[in-house]
Amino acid sequence: MASVSERMAAAPSARAAVDAAHLHRAIFVGIAIFLAVAPFLLYPVFLMKVLCFALFACAFNLLLGYGGLLSFGHAAYLGTASYICAHTAKVWGMPPEVAILLGTAAAAALGFVFGSLAIRRQGIYFAMITLALAQMVFFFSLQAPFTGGEDGIQAVPRGHLFGLIDLSRDTSLYYVVAVIFLVGVLFIYRVIHSPFGQVLKAIRDNEPRAISLGYATNRYKLVVFTLSATLAGLAGATKAIVFQLASLTDVHWTMSGEVVLMTLVGGMGTVFGPMVGAAVIVTMQNYLAHLGAWVTVIQGVIFVICVMLFREGIIGVLARRLKRPL
Amino acid sequence: MTADIILSTRDLTIEFKGFVAVDGVSLDIRRGTIHALIGPNGAGKTTCFNLLTKFLTPTKGTITFKGNDITALRPATVARLGLVRSFQISAVFPHLTALENVRVALQRKRGGSFDFWRSERVLRALNDEALNLLDAVGLTDFAALPAVELSYGRKRALEIATTLALDPEMLLLDEPMAGMGHEDVERIAALIRRVSANRTILMVEHNLSVVASLSDHITVLARGKVLAEGNYATVSSNPAVIEAYIGAGHA
Ligand SMILES: Nc1ncnc2c1ncn2[C@@H]1O[C@H](COP(=O)(O)OP(=O)(O)OP(=O)(O)O)[C@@H](O)[C@H]1O
Ligand SMILES: [Mg+2]
Repeated sequence: MASVSERMAAAPSARAAVDAAHLHRAIFVGIAIFLAVAPFLLYPVFLMKVLCFALFACAFNLLLGYGGLLSFGHAAYLGTASYICAHTAKVWGMPPEVAILLGTAAAAALGFVFGSLAIRRQGIYFAMITLALAQMVFFFSLQAPFTGGEDGIQAVPRGHLFGLIDLSRDTSLYYVVAVIFLVGVLFIYRVIHSPFGQVLKAIRDNEPRAISLGYATNRYKLVVFTLSATLAGLAGATKAIVFQLASLTDVHWTMSGEVVLMTLVGGMGTVFGPMVGAAVIVTMQNYLAHLGAWVTVIQGVIFVICVMLFREGIIGVLARRLKRPL
Repeated sequence: MTADIILSTRDLTIEFKGFVAVDGVSLDIRRGTIHALIGPNGAGKTTCFNLLTKFLTPTKGTITFKGNDITALRPATVARLGLVRSFQISAVFPHLTALENVRVALQRKRGGSFDFWRSERVLRALNDEALNLLDAVGLTDFAALPAVELSYGRKRALEIATTLALDPEMLLLDEPMAGMGHEDVERIAALIRRVSANRTILMVEHNLSVVASLSDHITVLARGKVLAEGNYATVSSNPAVIEAYIGAGHA
């Protein structure tokens, strides 16, 4: 028995998993250091926008890249959380941590309900159901009195974190957002590399086989769907505090499309790809904002190029070149 | 029904839009035997497996496993009861390593598969068991390789190791040796004989010499119906069987 283990341990590729874990840890440390010094180099508000979208994209990638489930309605969770958070902070006058938690919890609940409906179908039908349900959320947001219709909920107070730290200063808020982001992506990393994550990847790879091994695959799909929606909600709620705004943009179907784009550009099914994808798209939107509607056209072109030439996305290509999982 | 019948079907039938793929099949499989299901291409063998493991719902008929009616159960439930199948087209998890493929099966029995907050390091406790299973099918040296990079024959071997990891009471093997080289066929045949010691095996196989040497009992299926039953000598001398095979272009 031991001899088998020894033979296995002697194989050079056996250490691959351990090496990958070390590499990933080093990259996370690098990201943390970068985030600590970034506000001295770049605008905090811009950085916070990137971080919110990066978390959103990572949450989406958990579902698509590791669960193999393409949701075309992730704006619903981002947007719902941002409305609930904005309402809690502004109308109920709650502190920001409570507002963010409530917003996230609302997204979790919505994700659980929508997930239970969507996972009954496969492939394109799954995507269509998530889109249809998200459109219901959009029309609800347009009509419901508390969302402020076309105006959204504006002038959301940033408040004081735990009643102590004044978040109206961009730099203070920035560090709070950076921590939320890091906690969020580290949590996702853990989910991917957990016993649950193993089963999830097995289901993604070959669902009938997973069923034949006795796994009730729908339950795993529902768990990952709910987790993904919850984290998308965390991103949305945080975003509402950052921009002091919750609006229809966040629940619009184009937002669902954007997160697909970010994930594909960065590399779906990679740990760091969605972060890079989000940074690229947000940067592009910021610098090309003066071009107006052309931004959408340019994004469309990038999307087509990605799908045709870079199936694996930026980080996917890089990982293949370096022969390292990223 | 006698106690030593582990799996039986009565009048099992499935119709696809007017085409009856399995037509009134009644089978009795004795506990502890190797039972072969043979027949020409398109006879309905794989469809039968899909029905038995509940991947398809029969139009009519019943399935009884270990004395319980399982006709209305879900496929994952049937697998947990100890009736586990392999697939005709090699079914592995391509992006998991060979070791992880087997471990996923072990993990299901161990429980805790919903633990998304724990590190996968807890799964290392299963490595030795997984490696032993890989060793049994000759895959030790490939343990760390993603399944997608294995040759076809090795994928089939991995699939068998994964199935055996569940230690099921009854195994359904759909052409376990298809596409394997001569050496592999012998290794897998020996493995099947070895693991059959304390379980029941229902096997679809086109390689008739394997069928002849391994199976205790044979059911011949043609056009969805049971054509003949018995041991190899009885079945192979049955004129209707010879006719069906020649008619379908087999020797
Ligand atoms: N889902 C389905 N819908 C329609 N027809 C089907 C379906 N599944 C199988 N069939 C048909 O049922 C018949 C039996 O197919 P099956 O795969 O069970 O044959 P088989 O005995 O396993 O053949 P082979 O030896 O080639 O594997 C075939 O004619 C096939 O086309
Ligand atoms: Mg078949």
